[in-house]
Amino acid sequence: MPVIETENLRKVYRDVVAVDSLTLSVEQGEVFGFLGPNGAGKTTTVKMLLGLVHATSGSASLLGGKPGEPQAMAQVGFLPEHFHYHPWLTAKDFLDFHGRLYGIPDAERRQRIPVLLERVGLGGREGSRLSEFSKGMTQRIGLAQALLSRPAVVFLDEPTSGLDPLGRRQVRDLIRELRRDGVTVFLNSHLLSEVESTCDRVAIMRRGRVAGLGTIEELTGMQLEVDVRASGVTDNLRAGLAAFGRIVAEDRDRLTVQIADDSVLPAMAALLVNGGAHLYALTPRRLSLEDLFVRLVEGDSG
Amino acid sequence: MSVFTVARLTFLEARRRRLLQLVLVMGIAFVALFAAGYYLIHSESRFSIVGERLEASNILLLMGLYAANFLGVVLAVVMSVDVIAGDIASGAIQTLVTKPLRRWHVVLGKWLGLAALLSIIMTLVSASLVLVAWIISRYLPDNLPEGIALMVLAQLLVLTVSILGGTFLNTLANGIFVFMLYGLVFIGGWIEQIAAFAGNQAATNIGILISFVLPSEAIWRRASYLSQPSYLRQLNVCPFVTLSSPSPAMVVYSLLFIVVVLALAVIVFHRRDL
Repeated sequence: MPVIETENLRKVYRDVVAVDSLTLSVEQGEVFGFLGPNGAGKTTTVKMLLGLVHATSGSASLLGGKPGEPQAMAQVGFLPEHFHYHPWLTAKDFLDFHGRLYGIPDAERRQRIPVLLERVGLGGREGSRLSEFSKGMTQRIGLAQALLSRPAVVFLDEPTSGLDPLGRRQVRDLIRELRRDGVTVFLNSHLLSEVESTCDRVAIMRRGRVAGLGTIEELTGMQLEVDVRASGVTDNLRAGLAAFGRIVAEDRDRLTVQIADDSVLPAMAALLVNGGAHLYALTPRRLSLEDLFVRLVEGDSG
Repeated sequence: MSVFTVARLTFLEARRRRLLQLVLVMGIAFVALFAAGYYLIHSESRFSIVGERLEASNILLLMGLYAANFLGVVLAVVMSVDVIAGDIASGAIQTLVTKPLRRWHVVLGKWLGLAALLSIIMTLVSASLVLVAWIISRYLPDNLPEGIALMVLAQLLVLTVSILGGTFLNTLANGIFVFMLYGLVFIGGWIEQIAAFAGNQAATNIGILISFVLPSEAIWRRASYLSQPSYLRQLNVCPFVTLSSPSPAMVVYSLLFIVVVLALAVIVFHRRDL
C-alpha cells in the first residue's frame, strides 16, 4: 500500500490555481523528490498532505488515513520551509516540548534529545536559545524535531536552504541513512544535484501539474542526445540524420540529435563520412536532471 | 493530553519570556503605591463620623480594584493577542499542528495556559489590595471570594475574544479589534451608569444592550456592586460605585459567552489554511 497517495488533488487560492489536479503515489521506503520552480505548488502540496491546507477538491491520504489525523501524524516528521520556532526556547526545551506532543515518555526524551542534537551537528548546544542560532543552525534544530518520533515518513521542505556546503552534505547523508532505515522521505527541493544524488523517484511540477514523473533514469534515460560536430553537412545529410531521431539544436557546425538508444551511432557516423562531411566528434550523452528540468519548466521561472 | 502539554508550554512561555517576572515586579510596585496612599489617607485624615471612615475605605479599595481590573484586562489582551496570530505569522504553527494532535487542542491549550496565568495574577493582585486595606483599616469588602472570581471572569471574557480574533486576524489587527471592542463596552457601561443616575431608562437599556457584545465591564460592575456594604450603595455617587448592577443572569450569560466564543475560535481555526 502506498504511504502517500493523491488523486486529482487541487488547491485554488482566490483566483490562483496553486495545485491543479495532482495524482501521485509514494511507496514505503522510497525517497521521493518533488521538484519544480518557485510557485509550482510544491509547498502547497506538502501542506495538503499534512492537513495544514485544505484541498479545494480531490483526495489525499497519508499512511492510509486522512492528512492531519493524529494516528498518522504520530509517525510523521516534518521540516517546514523557512523553519522558525519561538526564539526564547532553548534547543533542549524545544525538542522536549515537541517530544511531549509526540507522546514520547520522559526517560526516552532525556536519552534521545542529546543523540538527535549530535546527529544534526548541534551536539552540546542543548542550553542555547533558538534566538542565538544562525539560519543554518535553526534549520538543523528543525531537522532534529522532524526526526524526534522515529518517523515512518519524513517531509522535508527545502531542507538545505541556509546550509553551507558541509551542512548540505550532512543532510544528504542523513537522507541516505533514513532510506537505509526504511523511512519514506518526501523531499521538496529545487537543488537538483541534491535530488539527483538521493532520490529514487522524482516528480517535476510545472504550474501545479506533474510535468514529469519517474526514476531519474527513466526521466533522463529516455532522452539520449548526440552532439555532432562536423563541417560540410548538406541539407541531404541533415535529412538523413533526422531519420535517426529529432534534431533539437543546430548551430553552424554543431548539431544535437535526440535518439532512442546508442546502437544507431555507427550508422550515423557512416552516413556523415560517406556523405562527404568532415566529422570531428560524435558524442552521445544522457540528459542531466538539470537539462530535463530546464526543458520541462522553461519559460515558467519566477 | 496534548491540550495540557500546550497549556503547560503556554504557561511556561510567560516565564521564559520574563513576562511573569515583569508582572511580578510591576504588581509589587502597584500594591506598594496603593498601600502608601491608603495608609496616608487613613492616618492623616480626620473622619468626623464612623460612616465616613468606612466610606473612604470602601472608595479607596474599589478604586484600587478598579485599576487592577483595568490592568488585568490590558494584560489579558497583551498576553494573548499574538499567541495564535503570531504563531501563524511566524510559521511556528506549522510545526505545532503537524504533531499528533487536533487543532482544537492547540486553541484550548493556549486558552487554558493563559487563563491559568491570568487568574493567578489577578487573584494575587486583588487579594493583596484587600489585605493591605484590612491591615491598615480593618476594612473587608463584602462577598470577597465572589468579587475576585468575577474579576477573573472579566479577564477571561477579554482573553477569549482575543483568542478568537487571533484565529483570523494578524497580531496588530487583533489588538485593535479587542481594544476597540473593550472601549465600546466601556463607554456602554458608563452610559448605563450615568443614565441610571439620571433616571433615563431608555439610555440605561442601550448601555445594557451594549454589554452583551462583551460582558466584561458588566461583570466588573457586578463585582464592585457585590463588594460594597449595602447601605453605601444608596448613599454614594462616585465613579467606582455601581448604581446599575447586572443581575446574576449576566454571570450565566458570560460563562455561555466564553463557551460559544471559544467554540467559534476552534471552528475558525479548524477551517483555515495554515
